[in-house]
Amino acid sequence: MEKRFVYADNAATTRVSDEVLKSMLPYFTEHYGNASSIYKLGRDAQKDIETARGKVAKALNASPSEIFFTSCGSESDNWAIRGVCEKLAPKGKKHIITSVFEHHAILHTCQYMEKHGYEVTYLPINEQGFVNPEDVRNAIREDTAIVSIMYANNEIGTIQPIKEIGAICREKKVIFHTDAVQAVGNVPIDVQEQNIDILSLSGHKIHAQKGIGAIYIKKGISLPNLIFGGAQERNKRAGTENVPAIVGLGTAIEIATSNIPEKAKKVTAMRNRLIDGLLKLPRTRLNGSRENRLAGNCNISIEGVEGESLLLKLDLNGICASSGSACTSGSLDPSHVLLALGLKHEVAHGSLRLSISDETTDEDIDYILEVVPRVVEQLRAMSPLWEKIIKEEK
Amino acid sequence: MQYSEKVLDHFSNPRNVGEIEDADGIGEVGNAKCGDIMKMYIKVDNDIITDVKFKTFGCGAAVATSSMATELIKGQPISEVLKLTNKAVVEALDGLPAVKLHCSVLAEQAIKSALSDYYTRKGIDPKPIVGDIEECEACH
Repeated sequence: MEKRFVYADNAATTRVSDEVLKSMLPYFTEHYGNASSIYKLGRDAQKDIETARGKVAKALNASPSEIFFTSCGSESDNWAIRGVCEKLAPKGKKHIITSVFEHHAILHTCQYMEKHGYEVTYLPINEQGFVNPEDVRNAIREDTAIVSIMYANNEIGTIQPIKEIGAICREKKVIFHTDAVQAVGNVPIDVQEQNIDILSLSGHKIHAQKGIGAIYIKKGISLPNLIFGGAQERNKRAGTENVPAIVGLGTAIEIATSNIPEKAKKVTAMRNRLIDGLLKLPRTRLNGSRENRLAGNCNISIEGVEGESLLLKLDLNGICASSGSACTSGSLDPSHVLLALGLKHEVAHGSLRLSISDETTDEDIDYILEVVPRVVEQLRAMSPLWEKIIKEEK
Repeated sequence: MQYSEKVLDHFSNPRNVGEIEDADGIGEVGNAKCGDIMKMYIKVDNDIITDVKFKTFGCGAAVATSSMATELIKGQPISEVLKLTNKAVVEALDGLPAVKLHCSVLAEQAIKSALSDYYTRKGIDPKPIVGDIEECEACH
């Protein structure tokens, strides 16, 4: 098969779509006004920011006054945790509930809070990659300030029982935050129906640009600022608004949430073909449940090969993917998500995440299914670990 | 993180990959848990490494250092081989990213481990010649 370029790392970031780019372009050189300015150029910018805010609100079934633009998903996560903790500290609420497989934007913020006298409960996940809502119920205490459970996991794509967890938090009168960075645009989200108090989202996972995010904060909850300065975002988040990025996020979320079921059906079919094809390789496993999983997520472990060398080999063949191996994490331990699933270190080192989108084609899948087995065979042929595995099998 | 052209070259076209069936010494270092295993086979004639082959499970840096190390020791007398440091291997590869330096230690250890096996097979205590083979600190 002829070499081609296949981008299969959409959980890392996505291509800015043509429609999004087109909607943004006038805001660089024509409608470049500062939204805080009094003249028409500024007023128009403010108006277009509000239009984008309306689109984000509609996508979540929230009200525009509940949406604040931020610089990224991580900022939204930081604001949610630190903001709620600071707000409830005078009431003596110094306990946080989260899960072991959250994004580092949550985990590292929680670790920071621990250094400042907070206690954090890290709920486990089961071997299929789900948090049990009953565990949330049992962990809630008198002094619990916030429960933060991600909507869908970034590595294994498992979609959490958000509505149930939210209902428990409502019943117990605890604020419920969800990091929905991977879920928005892939799963229908309704903050009212799903009992969500605070939600983080990011633009660059849904074909908008990097450096733009948003947070939904339910009416009635007022968080202290994370960033002080001007009066932007109704005095809650200072910094001159990134108008092109905000407009782009509005376009992107409108498109992404307009046809979720149809898009999910198409992407799931490709994804399943990918999973089934790769699982034909001996000694492989799918990480995380196949049901209740993001349509575009395929995460498999391939025994006897190491993730980073697999990625380098795929890159030589034009395929962009990611891995949970230690070598790609910049630390010496493999992915905390895969270890939380119960994988042994050596199996976690050999993980491969392919995340496809609606821009992926059937030809891309054919190509991946042709290249991965070939590359795995090359790496296994030179792997002393594979040699051991085969010997033990015999 | 950036790999040098040389690292990428040795990763994509590793030299001396494989096994030697009638090897005079075999060394294996690293462990699966920490994500790197290196196995080295040597043929020795008249105190000279006449052939060397390796198999590695590990990242790009681990494969590239194994490959480079085999190139550096092939045809060399044992006395010279024992002087080879991981630093020299890294330099020959035009450097490694800081987080990958520990991978290069493995190549030096694999060679020493193979030489130890060679001397042990000959009934010679390898310790005074080869010295201690320290475990990779980063992995423990």
